Amino acid sequence: MAGIIPLTMPKFGLAMTEGKIASWTVPEGARIETGQEIADIETTKITNGYESPVKGILRRRVAAEQQDLPVGALIAVVADASVPDSDIDAFIAAFEAEFATGHTGEQAETAPEPLTLDVGGRAIRYLETGREHAGTPIVLIHGFGGDLNNWMFTQPVLAADRRTIALDLPGHGGSSKDVGAGDLTTLSRAVTGLLAALDIPKAHLVGHSLGGAVALRMALDTPNRVASLSLIAPASFGEEIDGGFIAGFIEASRRKQMQPVLEKLFKDKSLVSRDMADDLLKYKRLDGVAAALGTIAATNFANGRQQEILSGRLTELRGLPVQIVWGDADEILPVAHAANLPAGIATHILPDSGHMPQMEKAAEVNRLIADLVATADARFQPT
Amino acid sequence: MSKKSYRTAINEALRQEMRRDPAVILMGEDIAGGAGAPGEQDAWGGVLGVTKGLVGEFGRERVLDTPLSESAYIGAAAGAAATGLRPVAELMFVDFVGVCFDQIFNQAAKFRYMFGGNARTPLVIRAMYGAGFRAASQHSQCLYPLFTHIPGLKVVLPSSAYEAKGLLIQSIRDDDPVIFLENKVQYDEEEDVPDEAYTIPFGEANLTREGRDVTIVAFGRMVKIANEAADRLLKQGISCTVLDPRTVSPLDTGTILDCVQETGRLVIVDEASPRCNMATDVSALVAQEAFGALKAPIRMVCPPHVPVPFAPNLEDLYVPNADRVEAAVRAVMGFKARELA
Repeated sequence: MAGIIPLTMPKFGLAMTEGKIASWTVPEGARIETGQEIADIETTKITNGYESPVKGILRRRVAAEQQDLPVGALIAVVADASVPDSDIDAFIAAFEAEFATGHTGEQAETAPEPLTLDVGGRAIRYLETGREHAGTPIVLIHGFGGDLNNWMFTQPVLAADRRTIALDLPGHGGSSKDVGAGDLTTLSRAVTGLLAALDIPKAHLVGHSLGGAVALRMALDTPNRVASLSLIAPASFGEEIDGGFIAGFIEASRRKQMQPVLEKLFKDKSLVSRDMADDLLKYKRLDGVAAALGTIAATNFANGRQQEILSGRLTELRGLPVQIVWGDADEILPVAHAANLPAGIATHILPDSGHMPQMEKAAEVNRLIADLVATADARFQPT
Repeated sequence: MSKKSYRTAINEALRQEMRRDPAVILMGEDIAGGAGAPGEQDAWGGVLGVTKGLVGEFGRERVLDTPLSESAYIGAAAGAAATGLRPVAELMFVDFVGVCFDQIFNQAAKFRYMFGGNARTPLVIRAMYGAGFRAASQHSQCLYPLFTHIPGLKVVLPSSAYEAKGLLIQSIRDDDPVIFLENKVQYDEEEDVPDEAYTIPFGEANLTREGRDVTIVAFGRMVKIANEAADRLLKQGISCTVLDPRTVSPLDTGTILDCVQETGRLVIVDEASPRCNMATDVSALVAQEAFGALKAPIRMVCPPHVPVPFAPNLEDLYVPNADRVEAAVRAVMGFKARELA
């Protein structure tokens, strides 16, 4: 049954084992393009648009709306109009029979697991995907209070044709909770150290919020190690920051307190789920986290002002491809920080997004990152 | 982070705290096993293997197999706590507490108060509780209401593996005597538990489900049963909040009252004998502080007031289950005020 392509339940983030189609946005029989959003997929943590990985005719929507399905289960079938319905039926039956016996379900079990490396006396946890691909790798750096799961919609897409590494900064996720002085230099050295340990001489850096400042710090300190910079709502572009968010995040010990703090991160407040708040509370209960976050906040955001401003130094990054991505409804770091930047820096203001465009506008952000990476690679291609 | 059993979570908490603080010691009957005798060392790790492997890392000086005398070693643990150590004493079955009431109720619980706040008693007593283990009436009671009754004691009822690890580490670091009760039929239940040490504060209830119609307050193992009932009821259009108090002393009365204000209906699920248990205690609290919010009488789902039966069929009838919780929720939902007449 050539030409029949199964679409399966994707895996968003390390913990996802099942999900459901919240709603289909394309009818059966419609022609769909690669990258076109065809459904909203809901997990206990978050809802995200599902982009078709292929083009063709959406012949069958196998998953019913609101039906819980394991990762890897068949959700739809794409095929050419010439394929008879009976072949589609047979394909679905065969796929589901095989999936039920666990043959295709292995995808979920062999999903990449994060690893830990010792970097200068600190354990750094990272998740590496797309290892089989050549080319300069992409490194994803999360923001204050985040972890490598912040890239759950980014990493799988980029890793389809590129070695991609998401890491936990010191004090975050599964990394050591020792943050030293908690300044950008300490944090960026942890990233540099991880790349050295992984034998990666040069990488495309993608940094979000505080991680954007860390990436920029790294580009200024070790320019030869950086192939391009995609900075998403980066810190260090101005003094203003919502100090209430930082203080609230540090203080919250219950879901009821954490929920409104997290809602500041998104334009669409309904994206903040119970599980998202619970996961963050579990992280905050770990030994050393309160001190780590306190140190980072005191060093970088004392008195509700950003302390280290680096945007003025973007001009020093001669020839390095740099882009800035910002949500127009960012409540944490004002989108105004994206204005008045040096010439040659591409700035993308995304409508209807808060401080987490890589989650709220995942498809657009993924495209922007992939485009800049491709441009940078082309420019530095040895001739 | 990986899946760990309730048993492993407790073992890991003990191991991490013993590594962190040399003052932490373990005491109890056969908590290693084989002490002073030829043959296999660490043969037991406690009767259900919870402390297995700790003597290998920390030695006999910190993992003490005690004589078969709860009166002696619980008293010794209270004294050791008052003089600078952080003992974790395993009482095995909580049913055995009778022979050391004085050591716990009259001594350990009173030190801070009788010495003008100058004495600290960082003692943890671990014990297993609950029916469903086919262990008959002398090894199946809950008894946490007894400890809750005594001022000066803190009483912890972890409802899952994640809760057990964080609450036990908090218990060991606490400077007051803590009774940490493990449900013996939950030892093999698994869930994601972080590898690192973490603490869950006392007196902060956890809402395992959030709903509009009914608040279900459940204790220890009953949280799981309440969740099961709530999930079934949700499919039938009744949405429940399930509240796990985590600690019964201190008790998070604020969150209980907030939830009752929101839902207006209350069901309490308590595996302890029905007279003077946590269900009656919470009922009295809500009747006094939130009477105006109630749209229906409070329902308590508890066992009958009899010793836990040994006959398996009767024991199964004895322990509250999800069917009974579901029925109680339906009863409060269906209540009409004229029925009061």
